[in-house]
Amino acid sequence: MSKEKLVEIRNLKQHFKTGRHSVVKAVDGLNFDIYKGETFGLVGESGCGKSTTGRTIIRLYDATDGEVLFNGENVHGKKDREQLKKFNREMQMIFQDPYASLNPRMKVEDIIAEGMDIHGLAKDEKERKAKVQELLETVGLNKEHANRYPHEFSGGQRQRIGIARALAVDPSFIIADEPISALDVSIQAQVVNLLKKLQEENQLTYLFIAHDLSMVKYISDRIGVMYFGKMVELADADDLYKHPIHPYTQSLLSSIPLPDPDYERSRERFTYDPSNHDTSEEPEFREVRPGHWVLCTTKEFEHYKKEHGAVTTS
Amino acid sequence: MEKLLDVKNLHVSFDTYGGEVQAVRGVNFDVKKGETLAIVGESGSGKSVTTKALMQLIPMPPGRIKEGEILFEGKDLAKLSEKEMQKIRGKDISMIFQDPMTSLNPTMKVGNQIMEGLIKHQKMNKTQARKRVVELLELVGIPDPESRMKQYPHQFSGGMRQRVVVAIALACNPKLLIADEPTTALDVTIQAQILELMKDIQKKTDSGIIFITHDLGVVANVADRVAVMYAGKIVEVGTVDDIFYNPKHPYTWGLLGSMPSLDSQDAELYAIPGSPPDLLNPPKGDAFAARNEYAMQIDLEQEPPMFKVSDTHYAATWLLHENAPNVEPPEAVKARMKGMATNASSDTEGERV
Amino acid sequence: MDNYKPQKELFVPVERNEGESEKISRPSLSFWQDSFIRFRKNIGAMLGVFVLIVLIVMAIFGPMFNEYGENDQDLSVAKMPPKIEGLGWIGMDGTLTTVQTADTLEDAERKALMRFSNQEEFIDMTVLSNGANGEAEVRAVYDPYAAKGLEENFWFGTDGLGRDLWTRTWLGTRISLFIAFLAAAIDLVIGVAYGGISAYYGGRVDNYMQRIIEILVGIPNLVVVILMILILDPGILSIVIALTITGWISMARIVRGQILKLKNQEFVLASRTLGAPDNRILRRHLVPNVLGLIIINTMFTIPSAIFFEAFLSFIGLGLPTPTASLGTLIDDGFSSIQIYPHILLFPAIVISLIMIAFNIVADGLRDAFDPKMRE
Repeated sequence: MSKEKLVEIRNLKQHFKTGRHSVVKAVDGLNFDIYKGETFGLVGESGCGKSTTGRTIIRLYDATDGEVLFNGENVHGKKDREQLKKFNREMQMIFQDPYASLNPRMKVEDIIAEGMDIHGLAKDEKERKAKVQELLETVGLNKEHANRYPHEFSGGQRQRIGIARALAVDPSFIIADEPISALDVSIQAQVVNLLKKLQEENQLTYLFIAHDLSMVKYISDRIGVMYFGKMVELADADDLYKHPIHPYTQSLLSSIPLPDPDYERSRERFTYDPSNHDTSEEPEFREVRPGHWVLCTTKEFEHYKKEHGAVTTS
Repeated sequence: MEKLLDVKNLHVSFDTYGGEVQAVRGVNFDVKKGETLAIVGESGSGKSVTTKALMQLIPMPPGRIKEGEILFEGKDLAKLSEKEMQKIRGKDISMIFQDPMTSLNPTMKVGNQIMEGLIKHQKMNKTQARKRVVELLELVGIPDPESRMKQYPHQFSGGMRQRVVVAIALACNPKLLIADEPTTALDVTIQAQILELMKDIQKKTDSGIIFITHDLGVVANVADRVAVMYAGKIVEVGTVDDIFYNPKHPYTWGLLGSMPSLDSQDAELYAIPGSPPDLLNPPKGDAFAARNEYAMQIDLEQEPPMFKVSDTHYAATWLLHENAPNVEPPEAVKARMKGMATNASSDTEGERV
Repeated sequence: MDNYKPQKELFVPVERNEGESEKISRPSLSFWQDSFIRFRKNIGAMLGVFVLIVLIVMAIFGPMFNEYGENDQDLSVAKMPPKIEGLGWIGMDGTLTTVQTADTLEDAERKALMRFSNQEEFIDMTVLSNGANGEAEVRAVYDPYAAKGLEENFWFGTDGLGRDLWTRTWLGTRISLFIAFLAAAIDLVIGVAYGGISAYYGGRVDNYMQRIIEILVGIPNLVVVILMILILDPGILSIVIALTITGWISMARIVRGQILKLKNQEFVLASRTLGAPDNRILRRHLVPNVLGLIIINTMFTIPSAIFFEAFLSFIGLGLPTPTASLGTLIDDGFSSIQIYPHILLFPAIVISLIMIAFNIVADGLRDAFDPKMRE
């Protein structure tokens, strides 16, 4: 994996006004980079702002503050149509709900070809058809499916149609917003395998948003853990799982049930109590170990460094 | 141990304008006192329909119980009238649903919702019922129950709300508790709390639990025995160790293989190809054959019977027949089974039942 | 099955066909085809469609079935009862019947004769009670067709000016349907555009547009209509304007609610991330998904527009004479309901049939479009 930065997120904030004086800080000052060709996993519990982060990056929401650099170019702020179109082709999204993400009134062919139609990628009807069929085969569906409607497909098949739609414009960066959480276990594996295969074939970069930690661990190279709009820990996937530092990450990891009865019988759960933090000081994002960042106060930082800094990264 | 519930050859169908959808096609299982039976399967495998049929909660029409017996303490629930069923629902058998948002009445105080069942089934008066509500809320781990019972559901967080749902289900000391994906809508940390709570309560009350889920991690955590459902049938049933460490059915292999373990490196996940069959016209032979990489000619022609692997472990696959070739489960599953050979029987040949 | 030993040869692995596991066994149906199948199975709705077709055909071709014109007045044949050859058994025998009571039989008979202008030879008198107990009752059946020596039959009878009611009823149906369709079409265009824009752009636009609707709703409908009709000359156009001036609001609200729900659906977001311009999203994604609801709502708008037109005519704010609409016909008939009920009866039956049929069809469409029925 190259260390070339594809996406840089700088102090990204997304606040929603919910009333005259109340503001929900869904995303509150995020900083992270995504390297070319990697899969960056973003995990957290419901309401922590992980989906909002994804949607803000792709401009579905206008950021309250901060910037998102894609290939060194800020994607937010004023843009003309041409620039936006170029950007839309580069960055694509896969959605969570396979039942809501496909227009029920459109044929699969038209759904997949929508991006090609908007950007004029197919010269004529024949080329369009051929491309759609090729994409269907790429995602493991039959050519004959092009003329069917979404309601005739199962959840997993629909999700693959959604992937084909995103691929139709040849993006280099794909935000996968909980792409498997609405799917059955056996189907999840199909989709994850497909995403991995596509990544290899097309040199894709993923931002993989999920709450299923074992799947995120499996697919991601690096993982960021979010808690109430802030990132509390960021590290290599293995490092994060083997040596979690932030107490919230530890509690999350200790809560995942694993398909192993013996392990489950002996599992010790760890509960996170946010009031244990020293609130007199605003915590900052600090690098405890090379590549392993934790949100902590100066005192905690010293403590973490002593305890975890020496452990060699595996 | 005595059998609390014995389901025999249950068939449930839905009549739609497209034809008859056979959602449950001959299911047999039993639940004993104080044990947790987990039913796993994909959506559409009939696991929810099965348990709804137990409680007679299937809308009829279009649904109907075509065949079979549901013996609860010797009584056939399938033959009871709606009136008789109402006496059993909430008292002897109660149910926890998936979504704590919709299973509580938003306009009623939490305490009153719990009291409802107590007054109706236990013939308690208000003071007794109120005392019991406080006990129940304490039991499910809600702090300060005296004041919390006067609040409305929206004042509770998701996890707390599910605790209230559990308290309602437990109010009348049911002998059997049916939990239909009770933690799917919850975050992992909350899920872990609820699961612990349920295990804890079972120890105290000795009730039987049917736990429906698609999450094998949850199954490993709560279950004593596991039934794996596919296309309206139980394809494998056994103790939790049987299923996780010595699975025999290729579908179970697929389910286990498709879960990444936390230390698995970049190996590709073992995925079951394709999608579940359409139960409007179920395929001939083994319903899983089309997705089974070990499928044999016979799978396409005849439905496999249940083969006995051990006293507690049965699986419906022709692979267990004496004439079948020996096949090895996929690598991902073998890795899981490793080190567990001690308490799993190693014979691959099954005895037909 | 217990004793059955499967053959050994069957235990051979089979090659799995890759595509096989993704095969879909059900036939491919679009949403509209699917809805149509469901709709066709709904007997009530199909009956409603049949009634509507018959009524519309009659509204178009009915007046051509006889040679009477809409405004052909002939006072000599005023208020003729309906007569259709062969339908005498349901009362369409072209006779008028009266029952008269008086103290004595003679008085009663005299009253009966007077009622039908003393044309004794065309009156068939039956004595119901002979007045022995102080009250006499007679029934007189009068045949005006014979009395006037008419060869022709008036199928629905004639009104007070001798105009043929068959012609007028169908012409009235035509006018009423025309007004209703026009009003519904205008409601549809304004309502869909207004609701769609309000919901899609949201925020401040939505806020202002909704306030305007609230103000319009706040003014009593009837006041607006009466003012409109006072300003404009009475006629079809002014009635249509009166109907649409507030009629589009319900459509706008339904469309707005639906689009608000849809615009945050993931398939719309997906289209936006692909760079789709607003008009494409509205055209390809939002409108097709609201279309079912728009159709249903229009189907409910039409009968209520017909009813409202009739109501306006009935209170005297409707079409000017001599134009016939169902409303004016009913208004005419109502004045002589006691003696000549047929003048009211036929337009009333037609308007009832239209209302019921449209409502049943709309209900049927709603059931057919409801995706929850699937599976």
